[in-house]
Amino acid sequence: MNEAGRAIEAVYRAEAPRVLATLIRLLGGFDRAEEALHDAWLAALASWPERGIPANPRAWLVSAGRFKAIDRIRRDARFDRAADQLAQQIELEALPDDSDIPAIADDQLRLVFTCCHPALSPDAQVALTLREICGLTTEEIAAAYLTSPVTIAQRIVRAKAKIRDAGIPYVVPGPDELAERIEAVLQVIYLVFNEGYLASSGASALRTDLCAEAIRLARLLGTLIEEPEVTGLLALMLLHDARRAARVVGGEIVPLDEQDRALWNQAQVAEGQALVRQVLGGRFSLYSIQAAIAAAHGRAGSDWPLIVTFYDMLMRVDPSPIVELNRAVAIAMRDGAEAGLKLVDGLESALGDYRLWHAARADLLRRLDRAAEARSAYEAALALTTQPAEQRFIARRLRELTTPG
Amino acid sequence: MKYLCLVCFDSTLPDTLPPGEWAQLVKDSAEYDLELQRRGHFIAAEALMSPANATTVRMRQGKMSATDGPFAELKEQVAGFILIEAADLNEAMRIGANIPLARIGCVEVRPVMSVQG
Repeated sequence: MNEAGRAIEAVYRAEAPRVLATLIRLLGGFDRAEEALHDAWLAALASWPERGIPANPRAWLVSAGRFKAIDRIRRDARFDRAADQLAQQIELEALPDDSDIPAIADDQLRLVFTCCHPALSPDAQVALTLREICGLTTEEIAAAYLTSPVTIAQRIVRAKAKIRDAGIPYVVPGPDELAERIEAVLQVIYLVFNEGYLASSGASALRTDLCAEAIRLARLLGTLIEEPEVTGLLALMLLHDARRAARVVGGEIVPLDEQDRALWNQAQVAEGQALVRQVLGGRFSLYSIQAAIAAAHGRAGSDWPLIVTFYDMLMRVDPSPIVELNRAVAIAMRDGAEAGLKLVDGLESALGDYRLWHAARADLLRRLDRAAEARSAYEAALALTTQPAEQRFIARRLRELTTPG
Repeated sequence: MKYLCLVCFDSTLPDTLPPGEWAQLVKDSAEYDLELQRRGHFIAAEALMSPANATTVRMRQGKMSATDGPFAELKEQVAGFILIEAADLNEAMRIGANIPLARIGCVEVRPVMSVQG
């Protein structure tokens, strides 16, 4: 492909998700909109190389897609009055022009809420969001989730069928259900992020892309809607993602207190911390508090008393044994391993099968020089761990315990 | 669109709820039907007798076989239904969630198949 061809394709790839969002509203469904987008792309390929890329490619593609869709509806059902009425109705819909930025943003927001609808399974929500909002291909999504393109394609097809058949609307939810529905959208974004962040094995480059997509989605959502939790989640993801280079070294997980903090992406840490300061003024909620905890780990060190305070808040907002475990670890850092171990031991009945409970316990026992107990705790953690990077870390700890010094 | 709201709950609940609570739920349910009628969503609604009174029949090679009870032994069984008219699934889900018995059981919201034309 020559340079002009590459430029055309780059413009198309950048605009396609937004064009699709608007076409879905104008044409009333995924199938027709995707067909129209494809037709618009063919029209662009026929026209742009000769006449150049139009000044407003997005408006051009929406207009071409709509025109082709009307054409297709008329052709497919020449004697069908209902289809003819539909074509007329589409013709009457106002086209967003360049000055109509809010309309285009609204179309994208509608699509976000449709893709993240609670009537769809979480797997389907994730696949649909990556496909329709982020514009990833089925192959890219499959590679990121270590599954086959056929599986992802089926998931998307089924989700679209349910959207159409069950009457899932293409709307931004009303004020009475908005908070609940935003939570569902944030959950999808965080799922995408964690899939990229926690899986440090396999196709690592592609999985990093998932973190970037999640951050991009949160940024997009932040421009579409004003909601502190969106900012909180964005900050949380930026702060975690900033540690990427220091977190896995030589295929081995490095615990936070041993990470080389100079390797953290300082610009991203600064952005995350600034966002945390911005949301801390308002009401505290789930993602904001977690972001505040992440922001308390700075290049120079970690503010453990503050972190314990935030965990206390998190326990009030979203109590769970896992939050309690994290709080216990923070208390160990503030008050010493003995105090932390007492709290960790108290969680055995709730977390006895959880690998990170054993790992946290092992670490505290190690720090207290109770080597034999530490070893058996590390062994229990290792038996429950499936991630290679974590396995390598625990194996190293076990080696260090056997060779005293 | 038409949606069928299938109201399901554990059929032992009416006997185990604190006194007065069941009576209140029955009263609330009747009022909710009237409210749906006023708002133009109501098409039909019925409560069903307990699953113990159900008989499941099948026709195989022209012969009927009958078994006692519902076709699947589940803790939560269909106990009634409300057929509604709603603009979309969001509205149908809201209507379903506000069915008083959803507080003690669950409501399955199923779109009714429509013949195009």
